[in-house]
Amino acid sequence: MKISAPHMGHLHLMLADLFQRMGVEYVKPPPTTTKTLQIGAKVSPEFACLPLKINLGNFIEALEAGADSLVMAGGHGPCRFGYYGIVEDRILRDLGYEFDFYMLEPFNDGAWKFYKLFESLSPGLSIRSLWKILKVSFSKGRAFDRLYKRALQIRACEINRGDTSRALKKAEAVLTAAYSPNEIEEAAAESMAILEAVERDPDRQVLKVGIVGEFYLLLEPFSNFGLEEFLGHMGVYLERSVWVTDWIAPNRNNIIYGYPKKLVKQKAAPYLNHNVGGEGQETVGSVVLFAERGFDGVIQLLPFGCMPENIATSILPKVQQYHDIPVLTLAFDEQSGRAGVITRVEAFLDLLSARRMKRNAGVAAPLEPAAAAMSERM
Amino acid sequence: MRVGIPRSLLYYKYLPFWKTFLASVGLEVETSPMTNRKILADGVKVAENELCVPVKAFYGHCLALRDRVDALFVPRVVSMEERAYTCPKFLGLPDMIAAVAERLGLPPLLTPHLNQREKPSEFKWQLINFARDEFGIDRLDAVAALESAKLAQRQFQDGLAGGRTPLDLLPQSRLNRPRRRKAAGPSKRIGLLGHPYNIYDGYITQNLIARLEEIGAELVVPEMTDHHALMNAATDVPKQLYWTYEKEIMGAINLWTEKRQVDGVIYVLAFACGPDSLIQVLIEHRARTYNVPLMSLTIDEHSGEAGLVTRIEAFTDMLMRKRREHGNVEAVA
Repeated sequence: MKISAPHMGHLHLMLADLFQRMGVEYVKPPPTTTKTLQIGAKVSPEFACLPLKINLGNFIEALEAGADSLVMAGGHGPCRFGYYGIVEDRILRDLGYEFDFYMLEPFNDGAWKFYKLFESLSPGLSIRSLWKILKVSFSKGRAFDRLYKRALQIRACEINRGDTSRALKKAEAVLTAAYSPNEIEEAAAESMAILEAVERDPDRQVLKVGIVGEFYLLLEPFSNFGLEEFLGHMGVYLERSVWVTDWIAPNRNNIIYGYPKKLVKQKAAPYLNHNVGGEGQETVGSVVLFAERGFDGVIQLLPFGCMPENIATSILPKVQQYHDIPVLTLAFDEQSGRAGVITRVEAFLDLLSARRMKRNAGVAAPLEPAAAAMSERM
Repeated sequence: MRVGIPRSLLYYKYLPFWKTFLASVGLEVETSPMTNRKILADGVKVAENELCVPVKAFYGHCLALRDRVDALFVPRVVSMEERAYTCPKFLGLPDMIAAVAERLGLPPLLTPHLNQREKPSEFKWQLINFARDEFGIDRLDAVAALESAKLAQRQFQDGLAGGRTPLDLLPQSRLNRPRRRKAAGPSKRIGLLGHPYNIYDGYITQNLIARLEEIGAELVVPEMTDHHALMNAATDVPKQLYWTYEKEIMGAINLWTEKRQVDGVIYVLAFACGPDSLIQVLIEHRARTYNVPLMSLTIDEHSGEAGLVTRIEAFTDMLMRKRREHGNVEAVA
């Protein structure tokens, strides 16, 4: 069996680890490129959301690279994501591909079904050993997420542009090589040390921006034109509301993000008092949280036509008004161009700097370094 | 107190129920006029750009009721069935309207929370509590209102099962009927697939029903089949659909194709409709497998009349030609 799954940011590092432990051969789909998206968009329904189109591109490229089994996550709605698998399976079969298809439904929707799926991938796998494998693999995933989170903060203050991204690559490699629980613990510390060693300017005045929105767009740099790295190079301190291990964890305590789902929902309640699927309610709640924590602004990312995020977008003007925080909403589809996105983000950052300067009026040019970083780009 | 029900979205499914319930608890019920240019334009102006056209129209209907009622009825219809949802947009609708209410000066909203996802029997209590909290109605009166509302809804459903459409049964809808009907000639049975709030909204779909009837089509709509029969017919997928209304659509096409009840299918979907964008794949696959001609008609607030007419004519001509060539369509399969 040669199994493959779509890309989503750094998910492939975690999947490779998981499948290695299970003794299943994992075919990593070729990296997502514009061509991948073109292939996917061509066979997808016109206004299906962007992640589906990229997924299909990944699947097709993986099948052509020799995969014979595909695995896709499921869900119970009401967001479209939970039904992706069925539709993708249909489209691929209509195109003439042959493969085995596995839908991984969330643990909370039935523990037995969840176990059976893994058991069918790796026959003879006991519940006990699956639990062990998942636990170790998950702890490695957490270590990855902690790195990425820290990198978003460090990049804003790096002295030599690109140092953080280079250090992150090195740290990733260290962590990827770790296998046993002890090794993972050591590698986590070592990789974090590599990242912390990046030369920084502690006095730099940075803008603080929160990133919220739909999880695929947040987790997959290809889909948002590497927006986080771009913002980091502009000298913007970032925090993000969605993390892959937070999303997988059944308890939703959001260890990486730092704010449990329950709290985020409470914050959203005055504006959006019901779960609307996807991250709709979390988006609204996170904007409130970022505002309360004194962030300068929030950027919301969503695939064009995303239902939960569109509900959030409809409500955010009220949140912006009550909490006095600017929000930039960016919708992406296969027609999006990098230049258009970057222009809007730059204009947004100008607005944020101006707002901060107004607020700090009297303090001498507090934003000079960040502004310098910006003009350097232009 | 006068309460307004916007003539949009779930109006086309549950109006008899809601209207009777609200009237029974002692309210005066008013509905907004049929969608017209002004209503849609107003809605488009306020609503978020990426929403589907029926939701945009809903904003417009709320505005149309603004000065005529003391409260707007915008229920949060989370689920009408166990283990299912309606559509995310219905889940967020009251909040979406509330977000613009202040700015637009809308009257207060009445938003009962209706969720049968976990336990269908909850529905009753949700309405009883709603009547108690909002209007101080005691339990017995609320139950009586609920029963008469159920009866009204059942009469509506029976009428639908008897071959009539919501256009015949809902007030004022008759304006949408054809002016003249082409006489004689073999009629084509066309299945009209889609959400009731699209296909029965004469303005959004440019009088599609009237146009089809004018050219002599005999229309078959999902509402003519019993809800449970539709649900049962939609179970042939590896994973059950969790959107009730999409499941009805899937059930309808499965029945029509299997029993050869239609010569062709017109599938009306709103641009950027989330659930439809996915099940479109399954519907097209089904029609292809059973060799039933299918036309997907995407509509939005910019849809033009001429484009629609041309496509309908081309489609019906094709059906006629197919019938001439093969004696009848059944023979094709």
